[in-house]
Amino acid sequence: MAETIFVIVEQREGKLNRVSWETIAAGQAIAAETGWSLEAGVVGSGVSAIASEVAQKKVSKVYDVESPKLEPYTPDAFAHALKSFLEKYPAKLVLMPHTYQVRDFVPKLATSMETTAITDAVGYKYEGGKLSFTRQMFQGKFMADVSFAGTGPCFVTFQNGSFRGDKAEAGGGAAAVETFNVDVPDGVIRNKPQEVFKEAKQAVDLTQAEIIVSVGRGIKEQKNIELAKQLADALGGELAASRPICDNGWLPMDRQIGSSGQTVAPKLYLALGISGAIQHIVGMKGARSIVAINKDSEAPIFEISDYAVVGNLFDIVPPLIEEIKKARG
Amino acid sequence: MKILVCMKQVPQKDAPLKLNEAGTWIREDVSYEVNEPDAFALEEALRQKEKHSGEVVVITAGPARAMQVLREALAKGADRAIHLEDNAFVGLDAYNTARAIAAAIKDEKFDLIFTGLQSDDYGYAQTGVILAQILGLPHATIIMQIEKTEAGIRVKRELEAGFFQFVDVPLPAVLTIQSGINKLRYATLIGIKQAKTKPMRKVTLADVQSAMGNNLQKIDKMYIPEKSKNTEFLEGSPSEIAKKLVEKLKNELRVI
Repeated sequence: MAETIFVIVEQREGKLNRVSWETIAAGQAIAAETGWSLEAGVVGSGVSAIASEVAQKKVSKVYDVESPKLEPYTPDAFAHALKSFLEKYPAKLVLMPHTYQVRDFVPKLATSMETTAITDAVGYKYEGGKLSFTRQMFQGKFMADVSFAGTGPCFVTFQNGSFRGDKAEAGGGAAAVETFNVDVPDGVIRNKPQEVFKEAKQAVDLTQAEIIVSVGRGIKEQKNIELAKQLADALGGELAASRPICDNGWLPMDRQIGSSGQTVAPKLYLALGISGAIQHIVGMKGARSIVAINKDSEAPIFEISDYAVVGNLFDIVPPLIEEIKKARG
Repeated sequence: MKILVCMKQVPQKDAPLKLNEAGTWIREDVSYEVNEPDAFALEEALRQKEKHSGEVVVITAGPARAMQVLREALAKGADRAIHLEDNAFVGLDAYNTARAIAAAIKDEKFDLIFTGLQSDDYGYAQTGVILAQILGLPHATIIMQIEKTEAGIRVKRELEAGFFQFVDVPLPAVLTIQSGINKLRYATLIGIKQAKTKPMRKVTLADVQSAMGNNLQKIDKMYIPEKSKNTEFLEGSPSEIAKKLVEKLKNELRVI
C-alpha cells in the first residue's frame, strides 16, 4: 500500500500563509521520489476557501479540519484536532512550515502521539529507500542528516525558503476536498489568547531598502554603531542589526533582521560582525548580493556571501568609507 | 511562586568546533557556556521570585562539566540545583531529555517551569513544549513578558514580523523564554560565596532510565555545510581590501 505524505498548510485569521506553498513543493518533491501519495490539510474554523485554494495544486486530496474552537489559535485545540484527524487518516510523514505557530504546537502533537518531530529542516535525502532530513546544527556551523528511528507518523517542519513556493505544481483539475469536523471538548483549551497586535508603528520599512548595512555582536559596543551608520550613509543605505544588538537596545527593534524581525531582499546586504545564526539568515538570504566582514573565518555568514573579508571590522570599515566616498565623488 | 528553570550548557559562541571521527557530533574539548536564552529564563525566574517571593530551582542534564551552569545560576540567586549527570544526556533527543527531566522532578510541584526558547547546539526548540505535554500542563512559547494575575499569569508571546499577542495561562504552566525579555544580572562576590553552600541534588542516568526510551530520531551524519555560493575572499591590508571591495561594489554588484 502506498504511504501518505500529509502537508498541513498554515492559515492565520482565514488567510493562507504563503510559506505553505513551499511545504507543498517539498511534499511534491518527496512524493515524486518515493512514489508515496500526497495529501494536504488546513486546520481552523470556516477555512474551506483555503482548502479549495490548496486543492488547485497537484495533491490527491485536501482535508478541511474544522471546529469553531480552532479560532483563535491555541496549541491545545490544534494538537487535539490534528491528533484526532491523524488517528483516523494515518500518514507516514506530516510536513509543515517552521513558523512560530507550528513551533508552538508540533512538539505537543508529536508527543501526544508518542512520536517525534524533526524541526527546522532545510532539505531531505532519499537514498537506498531511506528518508532523512537535513538540518542546521550549532547555529549553522554544521549540517546534519537526521532520520526517524520510531514508527511514526513522522513530523517534519521546513525552514522558510528551503523550497521554492512558486515551484508548487498545479494539479490537472481541482483535488477533492473533504471536511473533517472535529469535536474539541470543553476543558481541552486552557489558554485564553488575546488579539494579535503590533507594538509600535514600524518607523523604518527595511523591506524596501536597496542597500542595507547590518551589524552584529562583532560591533562590540554601542558607541561603535556610529561607524556602521557612517558606512550606511556613505553607501546611501539603511542601517539594520541582528537580534542581540536590538536586545541590548543599541538599535531600535524595528531595525532587526531575522525570524523575529524583518525579512529583506536588498541589492546589497553588507554584514558587519554578524556570525550568521539561522534566525538571522532566514531574514536576509534572499539578498541579491551579500558581503560579510567577520574576524572568524568559519562564521556561517561566509557560506552565503559573495564577497568575504576575514578581519577586524574596525580596521577595514574606516578605509572602506573613505574609498566609497572617493568612488561616489 | 516556585519556579523551575531548565538550563543547558552549550559550546561558547565563538569556540572553534571540530567534528568527531565518526562525523556524528562535535569534538567535546571546547569551551562551554550557558545557552543564551536559558540565561534570560533564569533572570526572569529570579525577577518573578523577587516580586512574588517563592523559590527558584535550576536543573540541567549533562556531564560533570555542565555543573558550571548550575553553579553560576546559584551564584546569581537560584536557591537550589538538580544535576542529571551523565555523558549520555548529551546525545538524547528532545523527547528523551524532557522525559528525564520530568522523572527527576516527579516528587516536586512547580507553579512555573521555564526553558529557553531553543538551544544553540541542536536548535530543535522542543524540550519545553514536550515537557509540558508529559506533565499535562498548558504552555506558551517565545515569551517576552510575564505578569501575575488573579487566575494565573498573562504572558506576551512574540510572533513573527514584529507581531505580539497576550495570552492568559492558568498555573501551573511551562513557558519558553525569548532572549531579550530582561537585562541579565551579574553574580556578586557574596552570591558566588553563598552558592557553595546551596543544595545541589545529583540524579544519575539509572535513576531516570525507566522513564526514558530509545531516541526517536537519530543524527546519521554531521558535516560542514556545502557552499551554496562561490565566495570570493578579499585579502590584503585594510586599505587594499577597502579598494578591492569598492571595485566589486562598483563594477560587479553595481551598487555604487
